[in-house]
Amino acid sequence: MNEHFFSDMSVMLGRSMRHIMRSMDTIITVCITPIAMLLLFVYVLGGAIQAGTDNYVNYLLPGILLMAIASGISYTAYRLFQDKQRGIIERFHSMPIARSAVLWGHVLTSLVSNALSVVVIILVALIMGFRSSAGILEWLAVAGILMLFTLALTWVAAIAGLAANSMEGATAFSYPLIFLPFISSAFVPTESMPAVVRAFAENQPVTSIVEAIRALLSTQPVGDEIWVALAWCLGILVVAYFFAVRAYKKGN
Amino acid sequence: MDKAIEVKGLRKCYKDTEVLKGVDFEVKRGEIFALLGANGAGKTTIVRILATLLKQDGGTAAVHGFDVASEPEKVRQAISLTGQFAAVDEILTGRENLVMIAKLRHLPNPRAVADELLNRFGLNDAANRKASTYSGGMRRRLDIAMSLIGSPQLIFLDEPTTGLDPEARIETWKLVKGLADGGTTVFLTTQYLDEAEQLADQIAILHKGTIIANGTLEELKKLFPPAKKEYVEKQPSLEEIFLAIIGYKEGA
Repeated sequence: MNEHFFSDMSVMLGRSMRHIMRSMDTIITVCITPIAMLLLFVYVLGGAIQAGTDNYVNYLLPGILLMAIASGISYTAYRLFQDKQRGIIERFHSMPIARSAVLWGHVLTSLVSNALSVVVIILVALIMGFRSSAGILEWLAVAGILMLFTLALTWVAAIAGLAANSMEGATAFSYPLIFLPFISSAFVPTESMPAVVRAFAENQPVTSIVEAIRALLSTQPVGDEIWVALAWCLGILVVAYFFAVRAYKKGN
Repeated sequence: MDKAIEVKGLRKCYKDTEVLKGVDFEVKRGEIFALLGANGAGKTTIVRILATLLKQDGGTAAVHGFDVASEPEKVRQAISLTGQFAAVDEILTGRENLVMIAKLRHLPNPRAVADELLNRFGLNDAANRKASTYSGGMRRRLDIAMSLIGSPQLIFLDEPTTGLDPEARIETWKLVKGLADGGTTVFLTTQYLDEAEQLADQIAILHKGTIIANGTLEELKKLFPPAKKEYVEKQPSLEEIFLAIIGYKEGA
């Protein structure tokens, strides 16, 4: 590993964090939209939804956090694609720096910015009546799962950003990801769904991740859900990392 | 050792198309070397190989005695690349762009480096504006200023004036001359004959994948029959008329 890897990466991090803070569009999409969804589902639709819980904000929050992350990582693809398109990556690569720092800078930015939007959304949820009995350990576990989820999807985004030929192609992959929580137990229990939809909902990653986080936040036994959730995240992470690094090296 | 670049039998294919079919040339230290060729002749491919961004399929290329394929790290220490499309970060300001590159070159005082270059390149007034608001000429100036950070001994300028208006073009020429006067070796590619004529100590013409002529302007002129003296009324070129009307003074 290059001796300057960490200092180079922190320069990259500072650069893309500036990009985020200067882009109203990014802030609206990754923070305001999930908060609007939260408001919509709790105050407009929530009254008619039978989730079998007296606090729908508690029920809803994990799914909203995953949606926020799924829309947040599409900007990683966007930024990577732009850097590639505008010759910025070539400029960096012709300099005596740690080459991998360019890619890792984007990944780290994704982790930091998504963590920020998650914190903001949780604060809004608290105002809306979200309450948790979780202690430090449970919160750490929740943070760990969310980070792993972010990391896994970020590497998926990296593949899209590096391999795409157009901006639409670079960001389109995230739409199904943002939509995935709807067909899961994020908004309503899966028991109410028709058999086929229910089978899909119960066996896709979002449900297990949502259930694991929900259990941790309400200090219920997490059961097997947490292992299924971790397996999904790690599996996606490893496969996506492999293909992203391959796409990155191919581009050089 | 007085050779900045030594290229022997360089070959490169993209899929089935052979772009470089055995290219040979040398560049002496401290000179301005112009690689002249039509669009698609392979100029950028040569630059990318020399800047360690692309691997050749055959032949050798050495920069300052270091082989580009086996010692890319050492090559990157010696060079700087200014790509075809000014690769500046549009969301950052001019100053932030310069500070970023100075940090990536691990220089002790990035802010002082940035201030000095902003001064030298007449970008002081625009220093705190986003690069996206810059004119074509200003972008190119910022781009070249970024390339000078860390005092590389050899600078690649890939079509530095393509897409620039006549004023910005002359401005860029002055910059390039200034670089060479300071002892930097300049490797530039261009499709404009007058650009090579104005700037270069040594000119190589790349055509259909090989160098078909190489020498000083004087040497190249000797390849043609001696000039016949004929008296004609000199008509100003449109460029001269344009510059006269807008009141641009060369050397101003």
